[in-house]
Amino acid sequence: MTNTPIDRLARATPPDMAKKVRGLSDRAIAWIFVAPTIFLLLAINIFPLIWTVRLSFTNYAANRPNREVEFVGLRNYIRILTDDGIWANMQTTAHFLIWTIVLQVVIGFSLAWLINRKFKGNDLLTTLIVLPMMLSPAVVGNFWTFLYQPQIGLINYVVELFTGIPASSFSMLGPGGLAKWSIIIVDTWMWTPFVMLICLAGLRSIPDYIYEAAEIDRASKWRQFWTITVPMVLPFLMLAVLFRGIENFKMFDMVVLLTGGGPGNETLLASIDLKREAFEKWRTGYSSAYAIILFVTVFGLASIYVKALNKVKER
Amino acid sequence: MKARLLAASAVAALLSSGAAHAQANELTLCWAAWDPANALVELSKDFEAQTGTKMNFEFVPWPNFADRMLNELNSGGQLCDLLIGDSQWIGGAAENNWYLRLNDFFDQEGISMDDFAPATVYAYSTWPKGTPNYFALPAMGDANGWFYRKDWFARPEIQAAFKEKYGRDLAEPKTQKELLEIAQFFQGREIDGKTVYGASIFTERGSEGITMGATGALYAWGFKYENTPGKYDMEGAVNSPEAVEALEFYKELYKTATPPGYDNAYMEQSLDAFKSGQVAMAMNWFAFFPGLYADPNTGGDKIDFFVNPAQNVAASTLGGQGISVVANTDNMDGALAYIKWFAQPDVQAKWWSMGGYSCHNAVLNDPGFKDSAPFAGDFLDAMGGVQDFWQEPAYAQLLLAMQERLHNYIVADKGTAQEALDGLIADWTEVFEDEGKL
Repeated sequence: MTNTPIDRLARATPPDMAKKVRGLSDRAIAWIFVAPTIFLLLAINIFPLIWTVRLSFTNYAANRPNREVEFVGLRNYIRILTDDGIWANMQTTAHFLIWTIVLQVVIGFSLAWLINRKFKGNDLLTTLIVLPMMLSPAVVGNFWTFLYQPQIGLINYVVELFTGIPASSFSMLGPGGLAKWSIIIVDTWMWTPFVMLICLAGLRSIPDYIYEAAEIDRASKWRQFWTITVPMVLPFLMLAVLFRGIENFKMFDMVVLLTGGGPGNETLLASIDLKREAFEKWRTGYSSAYAIILFVTVFGLASIYVKALNKVKER
Repeated sequence: MKARLLAASAVAALLSSGAAHAQANELTLCWAAWDPANALVELSKDFEAQTGTKMNFEFVPWPNFADRMLNELNSGGQLCDLLIGDSQWIGGAAENNWYLRLNDFFDQEGISMDDFAPATVYAYSTWPKGTPNYFALPAMGDANGWFYRKDWFARPEIQAAFKEKYGRDLAEPKTQKELLEIAQFFQGREIDGKTVYGASIFTERGSEGITMGATGALYAWGFKYENTPGKYDMEGAVNSPEAVEALEFYKELYKTATPPGYDNAYMEQSLDAFKSGQVAMAMNWFAFFPGLYADPNTGGDKIDFFVNPAQNVAASTLGGQGISVVANTDNMDGALAYIKWFAQPDVQAKWWSMGGYSCHNAVLNDPGFKDSAPFAGDFLDAMGGVQDFWQEPAYAQLLLAMQERLHNYIVADKGTAQEALDGLIADWTEVFEDEGKL
């Protein structure tokens, strides 16, 4: 008889309990462990999702408990898909999404490339660069509001200093078309470090011997970059893009604090519009349909993207 | 041992009964967080002393007030026993049984709505509008008014410059167009070595700001929501030539006479701009006027007040609220006792003296009322011509549609005034169709 800890535990187990445990198959034990998670998933995710789908076909308003709830068929979906305002919000969201991702990838990758080189103060610089992403979006939104203030803000002051354009003659968050770009600048400032960190992990995962072999083959630095660095960092980069894409599709707090969706509807992202429909106008049925459309859009795009990501990984 | 156990149980029972008693003798009053709320805390100390009831207060900043309180009511929460809610909520609150109908209580206690200013009873208490169904007692009269730097207006060099430009004396504006001229006159002017601006007005996008500001101009031009009250026939009323002109006026005021970056401003920003000496004039609710007058830097003899100037008609945007009993309170008797106490003329007089705006005729019709504060006469004038936004149960949808249309036109420079108002009719028509009213 062996005397491993498991054997000792088995001998110490009361016979009644041992009999019961012996009666459970591996599959049953697995289910016991997984069941709480499945229950929570059903209660917190799946049930609300199904309920939302149901509500999306009604005129239900959560603030009107006494009003009769009517089944309205596809009316909510048709209204949303034929509403020019909502398409404009989608375009605003796409504009924000595309430009933040492009800027964050380009700047984040460049920073990672620089940080990856060994130099004095490397660690300190890395810490300083990642500071913005550690701040709360509420804090970021508030202090950038001050930075963008036309009369006392640093940004307008710097613009005046270098261009001579009077600081109080333009508003970064006001009318004039700058507001869309102002929110992109803030998001890029905050989240580029995140992309940088992921790229840095990718760069550091490339073994040195590959570059050494390329050196022996007399490959230029440019060639090494395009044939070694980029392909090997690409899966990491794509992952960063996926994370940022999903996050920015849901962007709410920072933009609300900076512009509140204005001026007019210039920075009204789909998520802000959805919140207004659901919890300010209380059009619960309509906003449920809106949420389903957004969910399907994100889910569809993310699925296509993940397939592409897997193909890149397989290469 | 048994004796000890019994004694402990008795003490526990006594303590728990005491706690229950304390609970029954507590009331929570919910309102927005602003100057009058602080005055009400002081005033309510008399109620506490008289009845032994402990008053708790839940004050929410204005930008979140509607969200927070409507969520509370909607979810059946029991946070508030008494609520001083915005006038526009009355329709929804009455139809959803969130507020207690007070008619029987008023009859029983001899509280007559005839004792309160008719405009406030209509706006703050009744639903359906104008019917004798009361869901609130008028608590805080309010309207959107104006204040200005009297000391700047009085300076001889500024007077001379104004007279040279406009051919008349610089004084409180009597019309909206005069107001625009004065604001433009001050815009960018150097005073005491500092660049100042014309006026701070409401341009806020998120809640109700730009609507409350722009309606000050719209009402003064004669804007109506319907051609026939109660018929929801908006074509020709909402987008009348006068309404278009008023909206163009408000846009011009914003574009040519407000401080830089003033594109999302409401009450706080207006107060800040004035108190920091940036603007010559500012719009805001009368509720803030006692605090402004008491301000050590820009109050006292440096400030004066005027009612929203007429253009085609004398009219002001209504603010203010009534006090209601939340229907599912667990201290109904206490809440009603507070309403009864608050309705007394002497309490109302004290309320006014502490900075609250009483709506009681005994206070407003007192011969000394007009001279009791520098803004008292203007308040009376304003309340004589107040107009309110829709008070429909779907008011939030109606309000947010107007916020969007106005901000797009006035601040973001999208489209024309005519297009904004035509679009607004389309939005409102959709809401009323959904409501089954059209």
